[in-house]
Amino acid sequence: MTKEYKTITEISGPLVFVEKTEPVGYGELVEIRTASGEVKRGQVLDTSDEIVVVQVFEGTGGLSKDSSVRFTGDVIKMPLSPSIIGRVLSGSGRPRDGGPPIVPEVEREIIGAAINPASREKPRAFIQTGISTIDGTNTLVRGQKLPIFSGAGLPHNDVALQIARQAKVVGEAEQFAVVFCAMGITNEEAQHFMADFERTGALERAVIFLNLADDPAVERLLTPKLGLTTAEYLAFDLDMHVLVIYTDMTNYCESLRQMGAAREEVPGRRGYPGYMYTDLATNYERAGIIKGKKGSITQFPILTMPGDDITHPIPDLSGYITEGQLIVSRELHRKGIYPPIDIRPSLSRLMNSGIGAGHTREDHRAVSDQLYAYYAEGCDLRGLAAIVGKEALSERDKLILEFADQFERRFVNQGRDEDRSIIETLTIGWELLSMLPETMLTRIDDKYIKKYHPKYAGTAKKE
Amino acid sequence: MEVGRVKRVAGPVVQAVGLKASMYDLVLVGEEGLMSEVIGISGDKHIIQVYEDTSGIKPGEPVKETGGPLVAQLGPGILTQIYDGVQRPLPLLAERSGDFISRGLFVDGVDHKKKWEFQPLVKKGDTVKPGQPIGVVQEQLLIKHKIMVPPKHKGGVVKEIYSGNFTVEETVCVLEDGSQLTMLQKWPVRQARPVVRKLPPTIPLRTGQRVIDGFFPLAKGGTAAIPGGFGTGKTVMQQTLSKWSDVDIVIYVGCGERGNEMADLLHEFPELVDPRTNRPLLERSIVYANTSNMPVAAREASIYTGMTTAEYYRDMGYDVLMTADSTSRWAEAMRELASRLEEMPGEEGYPAYLAARLADFYERAGRAEILAGGEGSVAVVGAVSPPGGDFTEPVTQNTLRIVKVFWALDSRLTQRRHFPSINWLDSYSLYEKDLESWYAENVAADWNQLKRRAMAILQENAELEEIVMLVGSDALPEDQQLTLEVARMIINFWLAQSAFHPVDTFCPYKKQYDLMKAILTYRDYAFDALHRGVAVDQIKSVPSKDALAKLRMVEDYEPELKKVMDQMKAEFEALK
Ligand SMILES: Nc1ncnc2c1ncn2[C@@H]1O[C@H](COP(=O)(O)OP(=O)(O)O)[C@@H](O)[C@H]1O
Ligand SMILES: [Mg+2]
Repeated sequence: MTKEYKTITEISGPLVFVEKTEPVGYGELVEIRTASGEVKRGQVLDTSDEIVVVQVFEGTGGLSKDSSVRFTGDVIKMPLSPSIIGRVLSGSGRPRDGGPPIVPEVEREIIGAAINPASREKPRAFIQTGISTIDGTNTLVRGQKLPIFSGAGLPHNDVALQIARQAKVVGEAEQFAVVFCAMGITNEEAQHFMADFERTGALERAVIFLNLADDPAVERLLTPKLGLTTAEYLAFDLDMHVLVIYTDMTNYCESLRQMGAAREEVPGRRGYPGYMYTDLATNYERAGIIKGKKGSITQFPILTMPGDDITHPIPDLSGYITEGQLIVSRELHRKGIYPPIDIRPSLSRLMNSGIGAGHTREDHRAVSDQLYAYYAEGCDLRGLAAIVGKEALSERDKLILEFADQFERRFVNQGRDEDRSIIETLTIGWELLSMLPETMLTRIDDKYIKKYHPKYAGTAKKE
Repeated sequence: MEVGRVKRVAGPVVQAVGLKASMYDLVLVGEEGLMSEVIGISGDKHIIQVYEDTSGIKPGEPVKETGGPLVAQLGPGILTQIYDGVQRPLPLLAERSGDFISRGLFVDGVDHKKKWEFQPLVKKGDTVKPGQPIGVVQEQLLIKHKIMVPPKHKGGVVKEIYSGNFTVEETVCVLEDGSQLTMLQKWPVRQARPVVRKLPPTIPLRTGQRVIDGFFPLAKGGTAAIPGGFGTGKTVMQQTLSKWSDVDIVIYVGCGERGNEMADLLHEFPELVDPRTNRPLLERSIVYANTSNMPVAAREASIYTGMTTAEYYRDMGYDVLMTADSTSRWAEAMRELASRLEEMPGEEGYPAYLAARLADFYERAGRAEILAGGEGSVAVVGAVSPPGGDFTEPVTQNTLRIVKVFWALDSRLTQRRHFPSINWLDSYSLYEKDLESWYAENVAADWNQLKRRAMAILQENAELEEIVMLVGSDALPEDQQLTLEVARMIINFWLAQSAFHPVDTFCPYKKQYDLMKAILTYRDYAFDALHRGVAVDQIKSVPSKDALAKLRMVEDYEPELKKVMDQMKAEFEALK
């Protein structure tokens, strides 16, 4: 039996300092019992002969120097069994749906060991989301981590839900299982997700972790770890393809900052801890495919950029770790375009392995590059047109300007339930490109122009 | 050797008492004996960074000394390997512990059981010096691994020399003084391996990338930094350089970056072939993969482990390219560890010795006269990941003070999908002058002039673009409109190069030259026509001009190019 201590010397924010203990392991799970009998869980952050520092996840409210502390001799683990599917849990993994506790078949450490890079399978199964700005120009593959960078008040949740509803690997019947982790979002937002999961039946294939705005902030540091441990179980033990959606990473990072401040650490950029990159990586890197295993983990973290600033440390460090980013743009949203994804700063780094002959279509890369080039140029020209007037532009520039407008209206804009096939997306792309003279399509091999350009439709042999 | 005890554990840093170990000595922490390194000594306390996760380690657990620093094992069999930051072969770790890396595993960097055929190069009675090859092993089909007298060994007269199949631990040579030489060397990773002297960088390192080879070339043994915000193309460029550079050996260090990128590399390298030798790229490569979620202390070490292997092959007389993606993650690892030491931070929380560490590292690059006689080289390309893409931050600034080539990635180019997104006005190469005579002799006598003309056009273009932003392009005089058009051709047809196009990904010197020459020929025709009074719109719309756009994607482009240029000539002659 492990001993209980009543030697708390200090409670400071989320931290509890305990003295005169037997040797305690770094990272150990700690249980602290309040006078009212409530048990709060925490973790050892610093351990020495003299003092042990514990970070308490479920808030230090109600704790006093008389509270008794028990070091469990074990690290934090997530209880797992197939019956977890369909459950709604709290941000620290306790049932929140009135159901019984999870009876574990296995228990897994929530600080997951790193996947051995040599054991990783290269992700390349094209996921069709039915959204043109993703499928056509920022293609997602199974095993990728692709965050949505957004701003307050923008429809990122709708985009995430539309992806969750429509995502499929063409030719495979199996649907994705969903692990949803809410961190500090409002009850209303959470309800929005839950209602959609219920409406579409996704809830039956989902595990939900909810830490809402009024739940303890430090608990948020656990939530994605619990969710990802669950996802790994579903993917690599139960052979499922899992989509992990977690929102809002910004709240998670705020909790990290708060912890750092409580520990009086030397802060890094804008007050966030210097180890935030590494910490975020231990979440984001838990996506992928393992050689010889059937399942996979694909991640969609959502984060709102403070002040819409992409250079803020939260989106910045995220972008350095994830395999691209989808940018939800306020400007497009104001124009009434949905989904307001600005493709210019968006990127899918794994696009290349999921497109082309055998995946989508041979002309995909070239079409995408050409669309990007003229859309970007068109956006630049808008600035010029605003200064010198449209009339002062050359014919070429006027064409490109018109192209950019049409691109937003026809390619970017689509219905909230519109599920476009990749062929439909590419067809729209070609229609737009055919607004331009053929000689301007300098990024596309002639053989694709002959085969797919609407002008030649019917003349060349199709596959 | 002393056994101390753990006093305090906070993340990857442990304090211990009761040790005599020196700075940078390797020690084994806890009951499991986790690989660790002494990074500070203060009073009776040793401060130790642990290369593995420290969960569960308690005060009071033992800390064992090993009596020496972290070393790299060097010997036949390291090519084609994929290691973590402290040179543990990842496939072997997977065999031992499954798909997730567990801790406390010891695996040799070099297989100690495998036998290699050792062919002696010296005979009984010969005198051998430090660094001198005493024999050779055919490590890969085309790569001979020289077995050398270790650099710190004093050498001597050969008493016995064997030939045949040996493991790396077996003696292959005995000297008069009784010392026994094996095929295995151990070298402290934080120490540079010695050379006779450094040589000037006068030979280009061909990368097959037009913007680099043409405008901002790297030399064999040179140093380059490639800073850029996320998604601007650092990793793709490093991978592309690792694939197509004309070097003998490539060391790819994935330092604190993505697991899937490493999977991609490991998937491609066995399949792609080296254009020089037609052999799989993997045969000339060593990969270090210490991804962002792997222990941060091992990430810090990975740069040194990689460099040590690079120097080792240099010492055999090879040209080596080491790429480090990303040196910022390495610097951050230093910062993370330093902050746990409660050191006084310097700029942006980085330790005060950041600049010195960066300089020491890049200093290990170079073309050199090697101990064995002859030369070898280590070129280094370091990616830098500045927060917010802002180049004024400490890692970028301190790196630029040292390296000779700066490839400035520009997110405005990335947004237009112009790749490589190397800004042609901000970037520079200090090797350019030193390499000119090589280009004049080996590519074309007028290649240097052509490049200067092209750069002048690009510079003029930048000035004109500012005016265009105010008045529109149609308001410019006709000759300036033409300059804009030619600049656009240089940018879109020549500077842009897709790493993913099977042909365009690698462009030989001759093709670089031919394509540029074609564009500048168009320019000459165009200005000639303009002076004859032909309208700009007519000049801009000669069909042969756009045909130039696609030649870079054609493998056997020469016949096509000739056709296009003949056509261009005819078209211009027909213009009135
Ligand atoms: N030379 C190139 N050719 C084509 N595409 C490129 C090239 N360089 C970069 N890209 C594109 O940009 C994306 C991001 O590049 P990457 O090297 O991963 O960026 P970084 O390492 O700077 O974050 C790639 O996934 C690819 O789509
Ligand atoms: Mg990168």
